[in-house]
Amino acid sequence: MNIHEYQAKELYRKYGIPVPNGIPCMSPAEATAAAKKLIDETGNEVVVVKAQIHAGGRGKAGGVKVVKGVDAATAAANEIFGKTLITHQTGPEGKVVQRLLVEQGLAIKSELYLALVVDRESRRIAIMASTEGGMDIEEVAAKTPEKIHTIAIDPAVGLQGYQARQLAFGLGLSKQEQKNFTKLLVGLAKLFENEDCSIAEINPLILTEDEQVIALDAKVNFDSNAEFRHKAFWDSVRDLSEEAPTETEAKEAGLSFIQLDGNIGCLVNGAGLAMSTMDTIKYYGGEPANFLDVGGGASQEAVTRAFRIILESDAVRGIFVNIFGGIMRCDTIANGVVAATKELGLTVPLVVRLEGTKVDEGRKILDGSGLAITSAATMAEGAKKIVELAKE
Amino acid sequence: MSILVDKNTRLVVQGMTGSVGQFHTEQMLAYGTKVVAGCTPGKGGQSLMDVPIFDTMREVVKQTGANASCIFVPPPFAADAILEAVDAEVPLVVCITEGIPVMDMIKVRRVLDSQDKTRLIGPNCPGVITPDQCKIGIMPGHVHKAGRMGVVSKSGTLTYEAVGQLTALGIGQSTAVGIGGDPINGTDFIDVLKLFNDDPNTDGVILIGEIGGNAEEQAAAWIKANFNKPVAGFIAGRTAPPGKRMGHAGAIISGGKGTADAKIEALEDAGVKVAPTPSDMGTTLQSLL
Repeated sequence: MNIHEYQAKELYRKYGIPVPNGIPCMSPAEATAAAKKLIDETGNEVVVVKAQIHAGGRGKAGGVKVVKGVDAATAAANEIFGKTLITHQTGPEGKVVQRLLVEQGLAIKSELYLALVVDRESRRIAIMASTEGGMDIEEVAAKTPEKIHTIAIDPAVGLQGYQARQLAFGLGLSKQEQKNFTKLLVGLAKLFENEDCSIAEINPLILTEDEQVIALDAKVNFDSNAEFRHKAFWDSVRDLSEEAPTETEAKEAGLSFIQLDGNIGCLVNGAGLAMSTMDTIKYYGGEPANFLDVGGGASQEAVTRAFRIILESDAVRGIFVNIFGGIMRCDTIANGVVAATKELGLTVPLVVRLEGTKVDEGRKILDGSGLAITSAATMAEGAKKIVELAKE
Repeated sequence: MSILVDKNTRLVVQGMTGSVGQFHTEQMLAYGTKVVAGCTPGKGGQSLMDVPIFDTMREVVKQTGANASCIFVPPPFAADAILEAVDAEVPLVVCITEGIPVMDMIKVRRVLDSQDKTRLIGPNCPGVITPDQCKIGIMPGHVHKAGRMGVVSKSGTLTYEAVGQLTALGIGQSTAVGIGGDPINGTDFIDVLKLFNDDPNTDGVILIGEIGGNAEEQAAAWIKANFNKPVAGFIAGRTAPPGKRMGHAGAIISGGKGTADAKIEALEDAGVKVAPTPSDMGTTLQSLL
């Protein structure tokens, strides 16, 4: 799960990680007031107006403006607010800016990069630090990997002093900077663990002339599996306008759903099968409209809802239900499909392939439903059939 | 012969009294698995389907000699359940639970790495089956057939798919192992490949991977250097968009890493024959025999 930069920074403050003074704003008018307040407080005319969207690359897309004075801040806010930003992470449709962050300007001596991630290879939390701040870190990793310093945190003992020193020396920090950096790092490691992050990235992490180390940007993603530990807080920071409505609806029903560009709706159990159902549809010349994994524990109501989400899409010209029951039972799927079609009607071709746990019961329910269902014995046969039917 | 489980496996089900645990315990019993105990704290002394229930795993091992565990405990308590099984020195722990926080698995993995009594399979996996001998997990038993082919997979349903195809071709399986699709798990491809390599009754293997991470690339390198039996492969997610988590917590292409194409290339380079579609996994292995 993603949150906004300003929300991440509020969290950083809680863990003692220095961030610039800033005020989140829900309108350009609020931004004017915020700029005035910051300038009054700091005595510094320079403020930064930053678009708040769930995607990186905002600066290049014109979503970050460094300006001087309240009037310029107002102009910048008016320009950015409501604008559709298209970055390498938003997709071609872009994202509309509905929130701003106004921050004090800071004199930057140099820009660093710092990130905590879950490293699958070491099976630990890894910390990556680099002197190449402000740049695309994947590019740095590809071109100059020696400029990225990495350590892994042993979960038995936590982050150690020598590890922080290793990174600090690698970054060439002064003694005072080293001290500040270590304090920040300890806070960030604690935040990462306590808040169940999947990534915490600061790009850039800046050094100032007075040897301060400050998180100029902040990105935090949470591990959705840990929602049960943080439900109230996560609900309070979730920005539903940043998520596709169908994906949100599916999530509420406990389904894993991703909207795609094609016209063949898929309802599948299991992530691997759902992915390869998409692959197979494409192999036979079709385009999947979605990824949908109903998972193992879905109820009949959840399946009904899943099928409804597919049926309600205007783009869908055909539906392929591909089930190999294990923990998921075929009769549950069949009942869900029948319930949803009874409610919404079925105007597009439907191909169903059922196999596995309770398959006979499932087939019986579908046969008895009177629905126009084309059945298939294998995934390939089903994919081929739905691709043909969707073309008609 | 087979790997990991056979007719001598004595199973305890952790979380047997929940609805999912109960349904699948019934299925495992029907398949012929020796389920000797259930473990649900607070329900010790009761029994379900004639299987005695105990409060703690130490008690289970002491009273029943269980040598394998299957976990159906919900995510908030699953890491604790795994660690209790490790503490009781159960040799094989199969965790079916989906949705365990990564932070919990980092800690569990650290404990697993510091001992040598217990092997964990999963979490977020369908389990392990040696056809006609022992089924631990949630896979549909009837699609399997005893024989000499191994299957190892990150995906549950694709494992059933592969097994179903082999059975339809008249090719039986020695053991099918689902290692799960989480970013941090207990057993990886290489661990299972080593066991298949050493098993005189396994003649060939189907390996099923998916986008995300680099376990498939590592497996490919290991196969190239060490594996001496034919391998057919399949990688799910060729058409998955980057940056999206495709159902499994681990199935995500990030920063251009973990793509299906890179994995397929690595496997082919190691001499693995990769099936063009998931419906061809069985015939692809057949063509190598």
